[in-house]
Amino acid sequence: MSRVGVFVCHCGENIGSTVDCEKVSKTCASIPGVACSVDYKYMCSDPGQNLIRAAIKENNLTGVVVAACSPRMHEPTFRKTCAAVGLNPYMCEMANLREQCSWVHTGSDATTEKAIDLVSMMVEKVKRNKPLYSIKVPVTRTALVIGGGIAGIQAALDIANAGQKVVLVEREASIGGHMSQLSETFPTLDCSQCILTPRMVEVAQSPNITLYTYSEVESLTGFIGNFTARIRKKARGIDEKACTGCGDCSTACPIKKNPSEFNVGLGMRSAIYIPFPQAVPNKPVIDRARCSYYLRGKCQFCVTKCPANAIRLEQEDELIDISVGSVVVSTGFNVVDTSFFPEYGYGKYKDVISGLQFERLLSASGPTLGEVKRPSDGQVPKKIVFIACAGSRDPAKGIEYCSKICCMYTAKHAMLYKHKVHDGDAYVFYMDIRAGGKGYDEFVRRAIEEDDVNYVRGRVSRVYERKGKLVVRGVDTLLGAQQMEIEADMVVLATAGVANAGAEELAQKLHVSYDSHHFFAEAHPKLRPVETNTAGIFLAGACQSPKDIPDSVSQASAAASKVLGMFSSDELTREPVIAVVNRSAPPVYSTCVGCFMCQSACPFQAIERDEIKARDGRVIKTVAKVNPGLCQGCGTCVAFCRSKSIDLQGFSNEQVYAEVMELMS
Amino acid sequence: MFVGLFSLGSLMSITNNVDAMLAEMAQDEIGVSVNRCYQCGKCSAGCPAANEMDFAPSVVMRLLQTRTAASDTKVLGSYSIWLCLACHTCDVRCPMEVELPKVMEALRAESMRRKMVHPRARDIVAFHKSFVDVIRRFGRMWELGLVAEYKIRTRHFWKDVVLAPMMLKRGKLALIPSYHKKLASGVFHDVGGNAERSK
Amino acid sequence: MKIGLYPGCSFEGSAREYAESLHAIAPRLGLELEEIEGWNCCGASSAHVMDRKLSLALPASILARAEQRKINEMVVPCAACFNRLASTKVELGQSEAIRQEITALLEMPYAGTTAVRNILEVLVTVLTPEVLKSFPDTFPHKVVCYYGCLLVRPKSVAHEERIEDPTQMDELMKRIGAKPLEWAMKTECCGASFSITRTDIVGRLSGRILEDATERGAEAIIVACPMCHSNLDMRRKDIEHTTGKKFTIPILYITQAIGIALGLTPTQLGLQRHFVPAALEGKSKVQPKPPVGVKVAV
Repeated sequence: MSRVGVFVCHCGENIGSTVDCEKVSKTCASIPGVACSVDYKYMCSDPGQNLIRAAIKENNLTGVVVAACSPRMHEPTFRKTCAAVGLNPYMCEMANLREQCSWVHTGSDATTEKAIDLVSMMVEKVKRNKPLYSIKVPVTRTALVIGGGIAGIQAALDIANAGQKVVLVEREASIGGHMSQLSETFPTLDCSQCILTPRMVEVAQSPNITLYTYSEVESLTGFIGNFTARIRKKARGIDEKACTGCGDCSTACPIKKNPSEFNVGLGMRSAIYIPFPQAVPNKPVIDRARCSYYLRGKCQFCVTKCPANAIRLEQEDELIDISVGSVVVSTGFNVVDTSFFPEYGYGKYKDVISGLQFERLLSASGPTLGEVKRPSDGQVPKKIVFIACAGSRDPAKGIEYCSKICCMYTAKHAMLYKHKVHDGDAYVFYMDIRAGGKGYDEFVRRAIEEDDVNYVRGRVSRVYERKGKLVVRGVDTLLGAQQMEIEADMVVLATAGVANAGAEELAQKLHVSYDSHHFFAEAHPKLRPVETNTAGIFLAGACQSPKDIPDSVSQASAAASKVLGMFSSDELTREPVIAVVNRSAPPVYSTCVGCFMCQSACPFQAIERDEIKARDGRVIKTVAKVNPGLCQGCGTCVAFCRSKSIDLQGFSNEQVYAEVMELMS
Repeated sequence: MFVGLFSLGSLMSITNNVDAMLAEMAQDEIGVSVNRCYQCGKCSAGCPAANEMDFAPSVVMRLLQTRTAASDTKVLGSYSIWLCLACHTCDVRCPMEVELPKVMEALRAESMRRKMVHPRARDIVAFHKSFVDVIRRFGRMWELGLVAEYKIRTRHFWKDVVLAPMMLKRGKLALIPSYHKKLASGVFHDVGGNAERSK
Repeated sequence: MKIGLYPGCSFEGSAREYAESLHAIAPRLGLELEEIEGWNCCGASSAHVMDRKLSLALPASILARAEQRKINEMVVPCAACFNRLASTKVELGQSEAIRQEITALLEMPYAGTTAVRNILEVLVTVLTPEVLKSFPDTFPHKVVCYYGCLLVRPKSVAHEERIEDPTQMDELMKRIGAKPLEWAMKTECCGASFSITRTDIVGRLSGRILEDATERGAEAIIVACPMCHSNLDMRRKDIEHTTGKKFTIPILYITQAIGIALGLTPTQLGLQRHFVPAALEGKSKVQPKPPVGVKVAV
């Protein structure tokens, strides 16, 4: 027999001024099954909660309805209150008299009637509530970090330094990502490599981090706390333990004319190469697509020259399976190249380059050793035009978003150019200046006021080559859209940031949502920026959207804290509001017919196939089974199930029907 | 042919509802939203005629965006809309895919309708009117007729006078038009800014 | 290849040499051109400026006529006419309301079934290696190819992807042995219909084109548009007057260049009709035979 307690809150004036709370509590006292019914000014306050606790004990309540604000606000509060005096917390429900009643209506009899309806509906539900208990899921305390750029490095270090294990997987032959390609970073003009490489080395030396470079995640199965990842360690062609990183192999290699990926095509590298001098690990990799041995069966100079006998030409890819408890995705981004722009030459003008290529020119370890030189003839450019918003904010080109970092790095590029070439002229064609970070606007002002960079508000219609110079046709909209034609020595395009190659495939492998631009989707844009909709998988850095280094590092630490939170106990506790497929005695076993429509409907891949077997191992029936670790309690499967075999704990069919019937009566 | 001279352009136009701003007309009649323009200036930067215009193309868009009678008047009375070469350079480069040539076309039609054509553009309108007259009459172009009517309309009697004999010498100027079956009369019905706004 | 032909008004007048050269080379390329009987003017820029309905009705009338004569495909050598016809076809195809309004004016049915082709894509199709083998000469000159506006804009009518750097004309010139040069004015406007009303604008814009072509060392500018040809050739004196510079570079129609490679005479190709003399010769593929009795080292 139910003994439900009704507690109507005035919420100060919030509910009290529109709803007659006294009348509500008096009327509800006469509902069959209600053992006590009171009202109070502030139910969530200390005295209010004490009121509930006392009432539970005095009246031997089996259920509680708190008629107050939204469950999103205080359901945990009131459930804790009930649990404190021994009542199962899931026997406590809230009727929302605030957001769903007093805040959307004016004070009247009808409003009070509605409030009474809401409470009585909830009483009918609670009468049918069953005690539920939190679900416990074991946790493997190893994190998988995919992507070894600054975000991945930061997340890995944070997790490792907190004493937990990390496996860091990086697709390229070295960790470091785009940050290792930068010369100096805004707004401080810190040398990028100088602040990054100590971290890279820390990753390599950390006892808690297992680093797999030149490797990719082949597949990920399992669920939160219990993932299995298969890593493909691609064949470098080197025995990493024997190799000393001396570099003799690269020097000996006769195939030297390969465009260097690290230098974004501006320099060359050999077929066997170390990506850059500060690479971690500092070991070479063989580009099998260009190496004579793999193409024609010839050469092997590197084998001959290697003093450590570390070349392994017959090496094959290795597949490694690991168990992890959570995943941090930090695969970063890329920028479009100059061929993306028909009006700027389709990429055929050597001196029209992207911002990332300009970074390589500025960088002391770059193809020109830090001197700004034209790729076409090696001359020092005396006039550079920087074009901001090249591709970004451009629906006609399919990229309607802002790439966020370009205003800042363009200012940086212009400043660094002026610092290196004192008599040079720099023009920046811009639409708006987005400099919202700490010290950011001051940085841009420095470029304009101290370094005499010419900022022109307007876009460039066309760039073409004439007599070795680049003719730039722009406009100054602040002068009434006056046309400007500049003969520049070099044009730098601040090209749009886009998702990295392979982002879509990876998202599908991990079952992580992504948007039309292949950026990975966060669970909630404001309140859950580093979580995904897939439990146990977190995001960090530019793979979610273009962002700068401070933001990437912040997100990485945030993701790490989520991981560490997960790892802080042996087991994970989850809300028991999950779906359950009914089971009963033989010969029925379950009313589930095994159609598995629920499996295809489930957005969280939480439904599995369960074979019901006889003692001799014969399969009697295959039915659906909900994985309590993955189920998020959305109820889609319940709606799909044709045989009504699956139901949602805490929101069962019976409970919901009872609410509806109460409303209709 | 000379009948054509007077049939267009001398008709009194009934002033239409001028309460609607040009921006609204652009949305309703040609489906272009002026709000999309974020004033980047790329159109003005690439426009071959911009430096002759009183208002560069992006400034014309800005005037429409202000949605005031004063700005609309400026636009309709401007020389800019007549200098537009319809080369579509702006169109293919606009990042927000604003169809500026369509807007210019509509502004020209409205300018003629409201008899607000810029004084310097009268020659240009005269040329086009003469062209359409010849087509109406003969179905095909007759350069001699076109030029003759143009000169009468504009009184530029001496323009290109040396060119005619040079063209004749090279066999490029027909002395008589090739008469051709006329088009349906409805085709030319309201050309030149009559009362009904064509959709 | 049998194909309909829409000549356009300029074919009989200011672009007479374009017509002559096209008709001269057509049979040698296996092109059988069927002129659309009773064609009318497409309206060019003027109808476009004066009245929207007129600018659609005139080209629609041509397309309707072609359909009546069961012509499935037509080539439009004039770039301006091509642009008007292709644009009209797109617009009438996109809006049923507009299509009905226009066809009501025409008093003729219109189904939009005739394909509209520009001269470049047709020439690219017929100038096959087999056909080229039969060419007695080549056109061994450095040229620049001028596409102008109307062959490549707006995107809905362009028949090439690379509208800022098109290649069809360059490809054709390569096939006949020419060297098309890289240059900056491929698709820059020549001044269009301002030839009479604002000749100074034509002077400035066309002047830029001539200057760039001359600077790059081109021996000729190849065009496929009568209006561009007129602005660059007929208006040469005006250009020189506006810019204060002298230009001697000749302007050739693509059909004339092909004609030269076919060994046709200047008169057959109408070269004498140009304002700027086009003294360019083809080069015979056949080596002259040595006189009888003279030994030649092999």
